[in-house]
Amino acid sequence: MAESTSLRRAMAWPGQYRMLVMMWIRSSLAYPASFALTLVSTMLITGTDFVAVVLMFSHIESFGGFSLGEMGLLYGTASMTLGLADLATGSIERIGQRIRTGELDVWLIRPVPAFIQAVADNFALRRLGRPFQAGLVLVIALGHIELDWTVAKGIVLVVSMLTGSIIFGAIFVLGAAFQFISIDSAELANSFTYGGQQLTQYPLSIFGKDIVRAVTFIVPLAFVNYYPVLFVLGKPAPLGLPSWIGLLAPAVAVAMIALASVAWRGGLRRYRSTGS
Amino acid sequence: MSVIQLENVSRAFTVTSRTGLRRTKREVRAVDNLSFTVGRGEVVGYIGPNGAGKSTTIKMLTGILVPSGGSIRVAGVDPSRNRMKLAKRIGVVFGQRTTLWWDLPLKDSFAVLQKMYGVSRARHAENLATFVELLDLGDLLDVPVRQLSLGQRMRGDIAAALLHDPEIVYLDEPTIGLDIISKARLREFLAQVNKDRQTTIILTTHDLDDIEALCSRVMVIDHGHKVYDGTLTGLRSSQSAPRTLVVDLAASLPPITIDGATVTKVDGPRQYLTFPTTTSAAPLVAQIAATYPLQDLTIAEPTIESVIARIYANPAPVTD
Repeated sequence: MAESTSLRRAMAWPGQYRMLVMMWIRSSLAYPASFALTLVSTMLITGTDFVAVVLMFSHIESFGGFSLGEMGLLYGTASMTLGLADLATGSIERIGQRIRTGELDVWLIRPVPAFIQAVADNFALRRLGRPFQAGLVLVIALGHIELDWTVAKGIVLVVSMLTGSIIFGAIFVLGAAFQFISIDSAELANSFTYGGQQLTQYPLSIFGKDIVRAVTFIVPLAFVNYYPVLFVLGKPAPLGLPSWIGLLAPAVAVAMIALASVAWRGGLRRYRSTGS
Repeated sequence: MSVIQLENVSRAFTVTSRTGLRRTKREVRAVDNLSFTVGRGEVVGYIGPNGAGKSTTIKMLTGILVPSGGSIRVAGVDPSRNRMKLAKRIGVVFGQRTTLWWDLPLKDSFAVLQKMYGVSRARHAENLATFVELLDLGDLLDVPVRQLSLGQRMRGDIAAALLHDPEIVYLDEPTIGLDIISKARLREFLAQVNKDRQTTIILTTHDLDDIEALCSRVMVIDHGHKVYDGTLTGLRSSQSAPRTLVVDLAASLPPITIDGATVTKVDGPRQYLTFPTTTSAAPLVAQIAATYPLQDLTIAEPTIESVIARIYANPAPVTD
């Protein structure tokens, strides 16, 4: 009985999310010129990242065992997953500000979960700039990679974009949940999300074993794109891990969703029982 | 029929204070053993000094805060457990912050709320038309909320809180910062809504004119305790605040001396005498008229501010 009502409630979430998102899109499209400018500028700013990589390759042949095309694949997947996660959930990082000003209370008096309102808040289509740019890099990179494509590899690549986005999204949510305890900790989450994207756009083998262990077992950023890409490219995994470790990305994503969900609920419960 | 029931409700907060290197934790009871019921259609003024526990009570009634003790029923449910279910049946206006979307035109905010609360299109249109007329929102519908003045925004917020036909509305300082005309119009509107829709209204305010104009019942809270619950008239007499007799004499004279009243101020020919609520004014007036050249006279009831100031200075918890 209780389960069927909570299931019914959960079924309403996508609709509620979409409704709020559409509202924000409409309001941002009220100023189309400004929207177009910010979209293009985001694309250009994020694009300079990859230009640096390309320039680097004018001096070297390969980097951490990756050719330029392979680097493009790694960069594209890192940027795409972060971009999609940021688009869908990035707004939640401002929760600390809402707690401080008491505006969180406004969400709590509405018949829509605070989480839905938090991730949809100020939904900005201009954040599509990064996924667009990432998509462009990916298309070019895939054209430069010589590889025996199989259906399995294709599926792994596509699924890894989704699971990678989920992992980044869960980190956004975990960071937001942490702000219920420490209001000014937004930057901490940023170091894992935006910082994580910086990290995962390079072959992790260049960073040394401790970093690889950390992003495998502690903050599983290596599952966002590195391990799936290694699988697709047929390269061996580091730390003596099996080459199929990239196939675990969906399981890691599910675990991250569970963790983020527990953390968010815990944070909200703490807020509602301390009122701070 | 009661729509709100509180039984022995408490809410404690842990306050950490730091003196030098030592951190001490102290429990503060923002609301302590509070009980009351509110009937359907009542308009209750909920007043108290800053930090008395008003906002904490409202937050518990809306389900935002979980009480640390006691039981609450609002519209038949436990607010903290059924927060989102209850949300459709209550409306909340936070005077200091808006529930509207800053960058959206007022009408877009209203449209989002319609979907969020699942109000039928027909009902939404009907309510919107009513509120646009009564709150004079016609010219404001296309204006983004951030460009509205405080009074305009408050009108928008109140309409937003009422669009889904809530049974209970909590208004936290709804008239704060408004000019006199806006205040009067808002009070008139709230009285109308209460009358037409039998909406239960809980009003926290520092503006005692709000209470005077709207509330049939007043609850005073201080240090988390209820110190008064009853009518406004009862509130005045309960504290036996002195009444004032303002006497205009034909000339400037030394202070009047009569039994039962004392002069507190002399302003030329005008003298101010205070006397207890328990004393009848008529014999005093007769005495003065018999011995002094009386030209005009008014009796001032104690201001509600002075009554409440006395309650705070001298709290006597109600027993009921």
